Amino acid sequence: MSTVTLRNLGKSFGKTQVLKDIDLQIEDGEFVVLVGPSGCGKSTTLRIIAGLEEATTGTVEIAGRVVNNLEPKDRDIAMVFQNYAIYPHMTVRKNIGFGLRTARMTRAEKDERIEEVARILDMTDLLARKPSQLSGGQRQRVAIGRAMVRDPAVFLFDEPLSNLDAQLRTQMRLEIKKLHQRVESTIIFVTHDQVEAMTMADRIVIMKDGVIQQVGTPSDVYHKPANTFVAGFIGAPSMNMLPGTGSSDGILLKSGVNFTGGPAGTEGRSVLLGVRPEDLTPNGAATLVEGRVTVREPLGHETLIYVDTGAGEVIAKADGRHPPAVGETIRLSALPQNVHIFDAATGQALT
Amino acid sequence: MTATDIRASSETLLTVEAPKKAANMGQVVRWLILFLGGIVMIMPIVYMLSTSLKWPHEVYNVNLWPKEPTIENYTFVLEDGRFYGWMINSTVIALITTASNLFFDSLVGYTLCKFRFPGRYIVFIAILSTLMIPTEMLVIPWYLMSQQFGWLDSYWGIMFPGLMTAFGTFLMKQFFETVPDDFIEAARIDGLNELQIWWTVAMPLVRPALAALAIFVFLGNWTAFIWPLIVTNSVEMYTLPVGLSSFGDEADVQWELIMTGAAISTIPTLVFFLVFQRFIIRGVVMAGLKG
Ligand SMILES: Nc1ncnc2c1ncn2[C@@H]1O[C@H](COP(=O)(O)OP(=O)(O)OP(=O)(O)O)[C@@H](O)[C@H]1O
Ligand SMILES: [Mg+2]
Repeated sequence: MSTVTLRNLGKSFGKTQVLKDIDLQIEDGEFVVLVGPSGCGKSTTLRIIAGLEEATTGTVEIAGRVVNNLEPKDRDIAMVFQNYAIYPHMTVRKNIGFGLRTARMTRAEKDERIEEVARILDMTDLLARKPSQLSGGQRQRVAIGRAMVRDPAVFLFDEPLSNLDAQLRTQMRLEIKKLHQRVESTIIFVTHDQVEAMTMADRIVIMKDGVIQQVGTPSDVYHKPANTFVAGFIGAPSMNMLPGTGSSDGILLKSGVNFTGGPAGTEGRSVLLGVRPEDLTPNGAATLVEGRVTVREPLGHETLIYVDTGAGEVIAKADGRHPPAVGETIRLSALPQNVHIFDAATGQALT
Repeated sequence: MTATDIRASSETLLTVEAPKKAANMGQVVRWLILFLGGIVMIMPIVYMLSTSLKWPHEVYNVNLWPKEPTIENYTFVLEDGRFYGWMINSTVIALITTASNLFFDSLVGYTLCKFRFPGRYIVFIAILSTLMIPTEMLVIPWYLMSQQFGWLDSYWGIMFPGLMTAFGTFLMKQFFETVPDDFIEAARIDGLNELQIWWTVAMPLVRPALAALAIFVFLGNWTAFIWPLIVTNSVEMYTLPVGLSSFGDEADVQWELIMTGAAISTIPTLVFFLVFQRFIIRGVVMAGLKG
């Protein structure tokens, strides 16, 4: 258990800069998820924390101690890789015990520790098997077991679930979360799946092009996105962005609708009005969106409807049982507190 | 082969369509070509064995089966004390060079494959380019070197040119490319030093390549002729091929004895091959099933 602090971290491969000014304070026992599109530098950040990659600028502190010049093994961390990296030529027992090779423990203590980990992960009867005789989920569990056995201060996970099928992924997600509650270690988890991020994290770090966009609780990043990128990245389907211009009594949307409300001081500026599909409801007070339904996508408990407003398409969620028909003209409105206003030029949130 | 392997290969066989008439003809031709190829490969061995069973006067007779077969040659060779000495020389030299190649080729191959350091590419090209120089050209510098260092007529003199090979280094480097970096990084995090990672993680994953290399190197050294012939002077230092060629004198080459010695000397290579080929075949099967 310990804190992790990244100060002014930067990384360049040759001339290409892949991380810029990463500042992040992770509390003791916190579950932090790094999320972002492919190539945004999540893995690189994790690898710098692990010591597999050297930072070009800035420092990494683990438990208050600068570790930039320490070998991975001296950093008190463990890492779980995307393709498990469990050794095919060793049994499950050997794989899990691998991290204890250099530990100062007696043989009996080591065996006891391995069995304890196997019990926690429900793998006691698999200990004698080779990885080739395991399923994908079991292999991933072995990889986690190998990380757990050393009882590290910080766990690093690099997309550990992306090789699993959807159902198994949901299950492992829950298992990792339970594991965290049990061992109470600090966890840094990398994924590009925003559902994974939302469901597991205490705090989410959203990255893009090597820059942190926002750090906050799942609720923060969902309800108060810092910019249009975060707004679009978190939540599925994405938040609708309606272009408009600030005026003295609100925002005049391109579709001709006037939205009363929004922050002061936007007069004359181009803005984007963001509203999530689930926040758009029919027959409200002030209409925000008016248009014809072009496509319906039934999902069971709800139906996605695509509405052509004349000034772009808007996605809304409608009731699963009685969705509006295709071709029907509908009016949708949103509560003022569910509407987000962004500066169109910078993308920064104004609300 | 394990049961699954056999099942896998029989399934592949079953997927081959039942041959039609036209295909049958093609099949006959194919079998014929393979059969002829087999004959070409096996004939020297058959002649070696048959000659070893002939009396000297019959050696230049090309019939396959000797008129008066005899094991006299075997008795002679095995009772001639020199043969055992040569056998021991060859065995010791082939085993040491094989072990040395497995160790150093894979160590250098691993370094060239998994580490980024300045000059890495140049070193690799330099090693590769030595493959283009034929042994015949190297023999003279080797000889001069051995002479200066006083290595002539010694095990070390026979072995030193082959303790590491460019081919082996290249082979191992290519095979280490198939070992994912994640394995190595995971081991690094688990606290192993680089030498331990190489030995406990990377080496077991390239076992098929090591087995192939072992067979190549062992056979190469077992059958090496030119260099051992040049570097050795005393009969006691001869390797098997050199020793066998010394049966007879300028006037009279005793083929039946040479063939007898050759026949006996194939036994260790057969044993060596049977031991190591298991790993190669298993490696190939495993790779095939995963892909
Ligand atoms: N060894 C390297 N040499 C050069 N460029 C690299 C190297 N490793 C990563 N990069 C670059 O750094 C950027 C960030 O890579 P990184 O692996 O951190 O992305 P990521 O966020 O983990 O993406 P993904 O979700 O696809 O795993 C990418 O543009 C990548 O091309
Ligand atoms: Mg990555």
